[in-house]
Amino acid sequence: MILLKAVDISKKYGEKTIIESVNINLKKGETVSLLGVSGAGKTTLLHVLAGISPPDGGKVFLMEEDITKNPGKIAYMMQKDLLLEHKKIIDNVALPLIIKGKSKKEARKEAIKYFKDFGLDNTQYKYPSQLSGGMRQRAALLRTYLSSNKVALLDEPFSALDNITKSAIQKWYLDTIKKIDLSTIFITHDIDEAIYLSDRIYILKGKPATITDEIDLGNLKKDTEKDFNLTEKFLELKKMIISKLV
Amino acid sequence: MTKKLQNITDKLPPLIALLGFVLIWQLVCFFKIVPSFMLPSPIEVVLAIINDFSTLLHHGKVSLIETLAGLLLGIILAFVMATVMDRFVVLDKAFYPLIIVSQTIPTIAIAPILVLWMGFGMAPKITLVVITTFFPITVGLLEGYKSVDKDSLNLLKAMGADNLQIFYHLKFPRAMPYFFAGLKISASYAVVGAVVSEWLGGFEGLGVYMTRVKKAYSFDKMFAVIIVIVIISLLLMKLVKEIGKMSMPWLNLAKNENVNQK
Repeated sequence: MILLKAVDISKKYGEKTIIESVNINLKKGETVSLLGVSGAGKTTLLHVLAGISPPDGGKVFLMEEDITKNPGKIAYMMQKDLLLEHKKIIDNVALPLIIKGKSKKEARKEAIKYFKDFGLDNTQYKYPSQLSGGMRQRAALLRTYLSSNKVALLDEPFSALDNITKSAIQKWYLDTIKKIDLSTIFITHDIDEAIYLSDRIYILKGKPATITDEIDLGNLKKDTEKDFNLTEKFLELKKMIISKLV
Repeated sequence: MTKKLQNITDKLPPLIALLGFVLIWQLVCFFKIVPSFMLPSPIEVVLAIINDFSTLLHHGKVSLIETLAGLLLGIILAFVMATVMDRFVVLDKAFYPLIIVSQTIPTIAIAPILVLWMGFGMAPKITLVVITTFFPITVGLLEGYKSVDKDSLNLLKAMGADNLQIFYHLKFPRAMPYFFAGLKISASYAVVGAVVSEWLGGFEGLGVYMTRVKKAYSFDKMFAVIIVIVIISLLLMKLVKEIGKMSMPWLNLAKNENVNQK
C-alpha cells in the first residue's frame, strides 16, 4: 500500500529552478532514502513534502488526502536534534501532541509510554543539555514519531554523531522502526548509510535536480548477514551507486 | 565542599578591595587630609544612617514604590512593543529609530517638563522610570526573538504550530535570557531614574530628601542617602538575578543533576 506519494514536484527560488518533476512514493513499513551530493536540493524537497514550503508545481498525497502546503500531517526531523533547551525531555517529546491540542498532562501520559522502547528510561525530567548526543537523537526521533505515527521525514538524522555512536544508533533505529511500524523517507549523502538503512534508494541529481535512478534493495539480507558492510556484495552496490551519483 | 571553597575564594578579592577602600577613606578623614565638612568619614556616614533611619526608611519606601511601579510598567510596555514589533516588520522599521532617539534625551532635561505636565506627585517620577527602563528590556527582547534559528521555526511549523504556539513554545522562552539581561540593566537605571526625578520637584522620596540635606550642607546625611540608593539598586539587581535563575532552571545545569518533576 502506498502511504505517501509526491507527484511532479517542482520548486523555484526566484528565477532558479531547484527541483523539477520529482516523483517519489513510500509504501507502508518501508524505509526509503534520498541520496544526492550536497546542495542537490534534498532538503528543499523534504520541506515541500513536510508542507512548510509550497511547491511551484505538483502535489503531495498522504494516503489519498492532498496534503500539499499543509504542515503537521507528517513528521519531520532535522539534522540537528533541535530539542528545545528550555523544556524537559518529556515536554520536548510531547510537544507535537500539545501543538495538536492535547493538554500537557494528557500529552505527557501518552509520551511516557514510549520512553522504554526508545531507550530513554529515566530521562523524562532531565533537560536536553543533560543528555548525550545519542540520547538526544533518540529523544528527537521519539518526538518525530509522536508528530506522526505513519510517515516520518528525516533530514540527515545521524550525520551530527560520531562514527561509533552513529553505527550503534543506526542499528537501534532499524530495530525501532520495525517495532513501531514507521515508514520513513530520509536524506543522506552517505552511501553506506543509505545501503544499510533503506529498502529503496532514490538518487537525486542534476541542475535542476530530479530523480535519476531508483535502486531496490528489498531482498538484501542486511541485518542477518554479519558485517554486511564488509562483503563483496556491499562493495559492488556501493560502486554501482557511486557511478550513478556522479 | 570544593564548590563552597570556590565560592569563598571568589568573593574574597572584592571584599578585600571594598574594605581597603573604606579603610583609606577613614584614614583620609582621620588625618584631616580632606576637611571634615567636605568629606564625612565612613563612621560618620554609618552614624547618620542609624540616626536618620526612620526618615530614610520613609523616603526610601516612596522611592522604591516609584521604582517598582515604573519598572513594572516599563516591562509591560517593553513586552508589548517588542512582541508587536517582532510580529510586524513594518512596525519594527517604524519604531526602532524612535526608540533609539528616546534614549538620547537626557533624563535630567525631561524630568522638569514631566513635573510641569503631571504635578509634584508620583506620576512624573514613575513616567521617568518607565522612559529609562523600557529601552534595555525592549532591545533585549527584540534581540532574543531574533535569535531563534530557522531550523527550530521550521520544526514547529512542520508540527503544524500556529504563530501563537510558536511564540509560546519557542520564541518567548528563547528570549528569556535576553529579557533578564535587559531587566538587570533596567533595574539599576530605575532607582537612579526615580531619584533624579525627585530632585526636580516633589514632597517625598530619597531625591527630595537629598536636595533638602544638601541645602543644609549635611554631607554625612547626603552620603547616607547615596549608600541607601546603592543598597536598593544592588538588592534589586540581585532580586532580578534570582528571579531569572528560578524562571530559567535549564541554564547552568550539571550533567546528572535531577530536576523536579513539575
